[in-house]
Amino acid sequence: MADPLLQIKGLVIEATSYPPGEPPKEVTLVHGVDLTLQKGRVLGLIGESGAGKSTIGLSAMAYGRGGVRLTGGTIHLNGREIRLADAKALRALRGREVTYVSQSAAASFNPAKQIMEQVIESSLSHGLMSKTEAEARARALFKKLGLPNPDTIGSRYPHQVSGGQLQRCMTAMALCPKPDLVIFDEPTTALDVTTQIDVLAAIKEAIRDTDVAALYITHDLAVVAQVADDIMVLRHGKMVELGETGQIIHRPTQDYTRALVSVRSLDHVEKAPAPPILQVQNLTARYRGTNFDVLKNVSVDLPVGQTLAVVGESGSGKSTLARAITGLLPPSAGRITFAGRQLSADLAGRSKDDLREIQMIYQMADTAMNPRQTVGTIIGRPLEFYFGLRGADREKRVQQLLDQIEMGKGFADRYPAELSGGQKQRVCIARALAANPKLIICDEVTSALDPLVADGILKLLLNLQAEAGVAYLFITHDLATVRAIADKIAVMFKGAVVRYGQKTDVLMPPFDDYTDLLLSSVPEMEQGWLEQVIAHRKMESAGN
Amino acid sequence: MHPILKLMVQRIALGLLLLLAVSAVIFLGVEALPGDTAQAILGQQATPEALANLREKMGLNEPPLTRYFQWLGGVLTGDLGTALTNGADIAQSIGQRLGNTMFLAGCAAVIAVPLAILLGLIAARYAGKWPDKVISGITLSTISLPEFVAAYFVIFIFTQLIPIFQPVAMVFPGMGFWAKLNAVALPVIVLVLVVLAHMMRMTRAAILNVMQSAYIETAELKGLSPMTVIWRHALPNAIAPVVSVVMLNMAYLVVGVVVVEVVFGYNALGQYLVDHVTKRDLPVVQAVGLIFAAVYIFLNMLADVIGILANPRLRHPK
Repeated sequence: MADPLLQIKGLVIEATSYPPGEPPKEVTLVHGVDLTLQKGRVLGLIGESGAGKSTIGLSAMAYGRGGVRLTGGTIHLNGREIRLADAKALRALRGREVTYVSQSAAASFNPAKQIMEQVIESSLSHGLMSKTEAEARARALFKKLGLPNPDTIGSRYPHQVSGGQLQRCMTAMALCPKPDLVIFDEPTTALDVTTQIDVLAAIKEAIRDTDVAALYITHDLAVVAQVADDIMVLRHGKMVELGETGQIIHRPTQDYTRALVSVRSLDHVEKAPAPPILQVQNLTARYRGTNFDVLKNVSVDLPVGQTLAVVGESGSGKSTLARAITGLLPPSAGRITFAGRQLSADLAGRSKDDLREIQMIYQMADTAMNPRQTVGTIIGRPLEFYFGLRGADREKRVQQLLDQIEMGKGFADRYPAELSGGQKQRVCIARALAANPKLIICDEVTSALDPLVADGILKLLLNLQAEAGVAYLFITHDLATVRAIADKIAVMFKGAVVRYGQKTDVLMPPFDDYTDLLLSSVPEMEQGWLEQVIAHRKMESAGN
Repeated sequence: MHPILKLMVQRIALGLLLLLAVSAVIFLGVEALPGDTAQAILGQQATPEALANLREKMGLNEPPLTRYFQWLGGVLTGDLGTALTNGADIAQSIGQRLGNTMFLAGCAAVIAVPLAILLGLIAARYAGKWPDKVISGITLSTISLPEFVAAYFVIFIFTQLIPIFQPVAMVFPGMGFWAKLNAVALPVIVLVLVVLAHMMRMTRAAILNVMQSAYIETAELKGLSPMTVIWRHALPNAIAPVVSVVMLNMAYLVVGVVVVEVVFGYNALGQYLVDHVTKRDLPVVQAVGLIFAAVYIFLNMLADVIGILANPRLRHPK
């Protein structure tokens, strides 16, 4: 076999961590990982957050993000050792031999510069081609990646194109200097499923046509199964398993891999119809100073102690519906009935009980908590505010709530920064529960979590529902989550409900066009699934 | 209308409105002082008859609103009234001194602004390392020094140790440009030392703030050199905060440099104002106050307009 393009042996990566209230300490992020990549091959790196996938990926450019140090092992790129190379040698290979596509293209493009200038920048700074050649190549790549108006899109600014388009522009930026290796770091994770499928297909085709090698980093096994030749499973900075894609998804040899493959074990049987706790009737709303309805005549019911899942892509009005129900955005028409009484449209007109009985949990548990308060204070605040609990009573109730969310005794004195992502979300759930609500609005509460952790949160929510009889309005873009938790489903598209009913009815064909598109876009853990869907869609559009 | 044009028109209209409000405040402030212009001219011993006559002559018996609009109308047509102390036309007296003030401020700004930004970029490039510490140390010590102390240091160095400049910054009409430049060299050095640190620190902070962004990592992963990353990718996104601090310092250079003027015997607006405040020459105080307010408002408005123009989202709407 020819010399490998990239060969990593015994890679050790360390960083300094600064736990609150304690002296800084050295932590090892990657413990001696070996990796070999041949020219033109695609290796998927998969694992949960903290597994070290991105850190290993970036080590192929000898880059340590945020003070991370590559302290041991060897990294050979095109036969040269690069771990100990000096800054000048690294600058010569970055953006030329290896390029990088990040998760959030929206943040990774300079907002002050035109797209074309950024796409061709490394080709010019490394003297690889003239400006005319680079622009021609960029336009050809834009076209190959299926971007609209490939000849003129380069003169636009990043904020003028959509997230999915920007992600493709970033792929073009990575491919423009004709690198040997591209690192794709969760390139489709931030996108809607319907957008993800197009970007994924574009990336796959571009990899094949340019014969570039790639490291494809993701936490979604179904996604990586579509593009990778081989998959490496990582956990806690160690390799768990390495194998061909087919072997990993069909015949995993390690327990951890099996858990990843079979995640979404939850199967929720919908409950029998019950009287509604929340009735939304003909709700229409728009943001101040605009003349565009973000909610159009929305009507849904949520039965007592059940879960209504609101599904749709970003911009479909899901979160706006939540804002209208909570009173943060007074609707221009329609009515909201809760527990038999009509709710005032705006926040100021609602009683303290109205406020207490509807609670919210958010996507970003991080930003939803005051980082300078302890968990005990955070959970205790609604107890004091709504029920006047103080001192020992309050402490006792906080402890009960911590038990309910399956977190132990010591957590009341900890700060949010000392918790993992899943634990933070649990604390937010406890804070919502503290108010004794009848309805909790869950806005993408599992979207930022790893699949296994998200699974745990969903189980907890279902248990709490069984215990406390609380109803959930569950906003999500993830259809697997919907299957796992919903009793009723409302599918939203451009501010309107396009499909609504009991879960089994909504998920049963025949579908309307949009629901069909949404359901068929969810990646399946099957090699060749992507090609099938794309071919199917092409046939359909040819038939029309 | 292009949204950016609308924003700018709004901002400028707001500035003009603010200036009008300031003119009213200045007028009211002077009005609220005990005694009036007639009293100030005739002194404590004036007879009531003489006072009444003079008030009648000067129109001081008119209601305040009428007098305010008369004053404002005069200002708008370039008539700032006459000084009480010597009966000179205020507009004329101010005209030449304003030119001197602008010349001094302009010279200091032309040197200080680019130098501060350059030093800020270098400090950001080597943040936490010795060039950063040296730059921060020097600029912070110069800003900590009172202006007159700095002035005497500079005079000592450049007239005694290396005698290349004159200690007194005398300028007069008809002086050639280079002669004038030579004359203001020392005050300009002092002013540069005074304003450097503020702008340098802001540039450094704004750049370091932007350096946390994901697109800076993108630029680094393209293999660009650190200075290219800062210049091409960080600076364009740090313009708005830097410009607003630059403008504040420019305003200071115009309105706040009376100490330096006095030390170097430089005949400009600051000294003129202080002289007439001590003599209770109210029309002069009003006029100069209004000019200083106008400078502040104009420069801050300029900072906002540049900030708006520097924002690609506003410049190129969807």
